[in-house]
Amino acid sequence: MDADTVTPATPAPTKVDLRAEFEESGVREVLEELDRELIGLAPVKSRIRETAALLLVDRARTQLGLAHETPTLHMSFTGNPGTGKTTVALKMAGLLKRLGYVRKGHLVSVTRDDLVGQYIGHTAPKTKEVLKRAMGGVLFIDEAYYLYRPDNERDYGQEAIEILLQVMENNRDDLVVILAGYADRMENFFQSNPGFRSRIAHHIEFPDYSDAELLAIVKHMMADQSYTMTPTAEAAFSEYIRLRRAQPHFANARSIRNAFDRARLRQANRLFETAKGALDAATLSTIEEPDIRASRVFRGGLDSDRQRVKEESK
Amino acid sequence: MRITQGCFSFLPDLSDDQITAQVEYCLGRNWAIGIEYTDEPHPRNTYWDMWGNPMFDLKDAKGVMMELADCRKNHPDSYIRLNAFDSTRGFETVVMSFIVNRPKVEPKIRMVRTEVAGRTLRYTHEVVR
Repeated sequence: MDADTVTPATPAPTKVDLRAEFEESGVREVLEELDRELIGLAPVKSRIRETAALLLVDRARTQLGLAHETPTLHMSFTGNPGTGKTTVALKMAGLLKRLGYVRKGHLVSVTRDDLVGQYIGHTAPKTKEVLKRAMGGVLFIDEAYYLYRPDNERDYGQEAIEILLQVMENNRDDLVVILAGYADRMENFFQSNPGFRSRIAHHIEFPDYSDAELLAIVKHMMADQSYTMTPTAEAAFSEYIRLRRAQPHFANARSIRNAFDRARLRQANRLFETAKGALDAATLSTIEEPDIRASRVFRGGLDSDRQRVKEESK
Repeated sequence: MRITQGCFSFLPDLSDDQITAQVEYCLGRNWAIGIEYTDEPHPRNTYWDMWGNPMFDLKDAKGVMMELADCRKNHPDSYIRLNAFDSTRGFETVVMSFIVNRPKVEPKIRMVRTEVAGRTLRYTHEVVR
């Protein structure tokens, strides 16, 4: 027994225990949190795991004094709306903080409006302001392709792009930039701005959720807010998801969250109108089939959209 | 003559690492950092020129250091100071201020005596280059 427990007080400087590093740095917690809180997204999770492994090994190499260079950590997240890009970016910031690649680990989320000015000389200070705020953390640029407008050569977006590229190159130790947007438009964006492509090492694609995953997501959301669905309501919700997907402006988890919010609204209304006397906690937190069936999705979506579909089919 | 005003002015000039550490301390207490510069270090000259707006929403000292580098590039031969502003209700004031850049040759401050009625002496100071 003694032989097992006696270990040197300080680890030999010639060895690094990756397993212990993994536990100590808190990376495991972040990855477990990611697994627990995010449903689906298997390719994203495996990519993040790989990235974490790379960074961990890189850090170990630094500790042993092996030649190393700060790896390029800028990333691009591509995927349809509502596939969890912002949420993952937030987790990524936490992960990079634990590994010591960013000092503060906060996420600054911006879009074109925050970076690009409205008149000459307005863009540079605006972009710099944002970059200053993002120092020591992660800068998340949502719908990054709007920065580049090929139809207008005097567009101020180009100026913001140049400043961004410069900072991405020179301040690699200070901040990590994550660009996000639809896959096809990001592809166009990278094609017309080769500077970005070469400075971004990690391209992560976010797949759409399957119907089963969306149902699991809504159950997760409901559990978080202590709501439950009756089995019939659950069946109705699966049908809702199937129908909603075929309709325009479907935004994966975001659409589903909105559907849940509206179901809550209808449930409250129903309780208000039908309840006589005192209600118990179970009644207050149960969503029933009519709450979901009342959705316009079951009648073919919004009136304006239905109109358009009809015209197109003529 | 070495101008002494604000914190740390009797110490040797702070290095960039030391400035970064001080700024981290300020940001850690949610103080906003403002950069100011002047070529007139007279103690009565309280209003220095602002370099950009005070920075209220920074998380990391690097943002301040970038602005400071910019300011130094544009005004290499000026006094530059960092002010930390505490916006807590009841304070709402600059709580810390220190010089981070000095001209290569610092001006002198000379005392001038003026005799007025009844042989009373009036003292004043002026900056001599």
